[in-house]
Amino acid sequence: MSKPKVAFYWCASCGGCEEAVVDLAEDILKVVGAVDIVFWPVALDFKREDVEAMADNSLAVAFINGAIRSSEQHEMVELLRRKAGLVVAFGSCAHLGGIPGLANTFRRADLIDEAYHKSLSVTDGNGTEPLEKTEVPEGTLTLPKLWDTVKTLDQVIKVDYYLPGCPPPVNLINGAIGSILKNELPPPGSVLAPDMALCEECERRATKPDKMAQREFLRPHQIKADPEKCLLAQGLLCLGPVTRKGCGAACVKGNMPCTGCMGPTSHVVDFGTKALTAMASLVDSNDDREIAAILDQIADPVGTFYRYSLPASLLHRSYQPEHAKGEK
Amino acid sequence: MSDKDTNQKPFEPRIVAFFCNWCTYTAADLAGTARMTYAPNVRVIRVMCSGRLDPQFILTALRQGADGVLIGGCHPGDCHYQEGNYKALRRFTLLKRLLREMGIEDERVQLEWIAASEGDKVQKVINRITEDVRRLGPLHLEPEALDRATEALLPDQTPAVAEGGAL
Repeated sequence: MSKPKVAFYWCASCGGCEEAVVDLAEDILKVVGAVDIVFWPVALDFKREDVEAMADNSLAVAFINGAIRSSEQHEMVELLRRKAGLVVAFGSCAHLGGIPGLANTFRRADLIDEAYHKSLSVTDGNGTEPLEKTEVPEGTLTLPKLWDTVKTLDQVIKVDYYLPGCPPPVNLINGAIGSILKNELPPPGSVLAPDMALCEECERRATKPDKMAQREFLRPHQIKADPEKCLLAQGLLCLGPVTRKGCGAACVKGNMPCTGCMGPTSHVVDFGTKALTAMASLVDSNDDREIAAILDQIADPVGTFYRYSLPASLLHRSYQPEHAKGEK
Repeated sequence: MSDKDTNQKPFEPRIVAFFCNWCTYTAADLAGTARMTYAPNVRVIRVMCSGRLDPQFILTALRQGADGVLIGGCHPGDCHYQEGNYKALRRFTLLKRLLREMGIEDERVQLEWIAASEGDKVQKVINRITEDVRRLGPLHLEPEALDRATEALLPDQTPAVAEGGAL
């Protein structure tokens, strides 16, 4: 019997998710022994034509990482969706939009302006911008269209499962591959990670005070954090209480607060406002001006609370009335 | 929602108001029994306490077509549950900063303390937010997120959302 065929693909992402697959270490040999990897641009020389030549539904599963923000990515994931029985959104970017999703606080025109005109590293100043079509003597050259709004994978194609994390923890990847091979999968649409908050598996849990009362919010560079005590109780914005567990509290073990890459549990729709609620509720004051002063210590609420999930949020992107009815 | 998207009729703001059971909702009741008139643009949802208000409710209202959201709670020190309105205030303070960063104008989401006896304040505040939002115009959030967000809200418990229930 032939082995199940698997594809890996990346969209708007940093490459860390590909690295996570390699991080399986010796276990990757078991994976390679059990499946045929038929498409993996970062590691193997197959092209889009090769995927197009495959029969529909001939892939057992496509693992797709990265957010979707260009016409090329959109075409590729639609192609993979046709070819694959299962699509797994792999990592924070495919799951919730991830770090690239923070581009949704800008408009495309602003991004182009910054990258091609305003950035200090742009020195020639001849005003060149990437064009979707350029005529040259040899013919027409084309580039993919950069979208105005970054999307999650499930905003453009149907997704069967989600592997959360930036990047997904190795044990969860192993578990997901194992359950796919054994055909022991949870209901479609599930996130393949435990449905509980990170604090539940945090080694510092015992030091979390019963009632927290915060008068100060600190950023990691402002404090030499005690390596044993609850980071939230030390004033750091640790998003453990609202983040899904499954990573083994890796960042907290490194004495850094949780930034929420695993996303919310299934009970939460909008990770950012939930994280905001959790943190604001800790403030130890009843005076409006004092509350505002304490909360002003939280720099960049959008970047802090929606770090990995802005495209998946209820607002989806920043609101600019003059553009609201404009370009896609 | 069709009246928002055509330019045929003048814009009438849709405002969702979350009023606490003990003070502001009672005040709205009083305004009603006292035959006070105010702008008909507000849809009131009664919650037990302003502290019950999950900021997700506010964004969901905006996402599902509200142009503004009004939150009404007991005056500081008067909360039926001692501290609920302070919790609401803390969340609201941080939420406002987040919304500002996201480009949602300040006047669209307002918090007011209205005691059970202040029927006239209900009238005043509702008229004011209606005019504020009218001046700003309709809130056009990008529609493509709407279906998915609504769908994601509660995959198997859609009725609870329709009733403005638990998220």
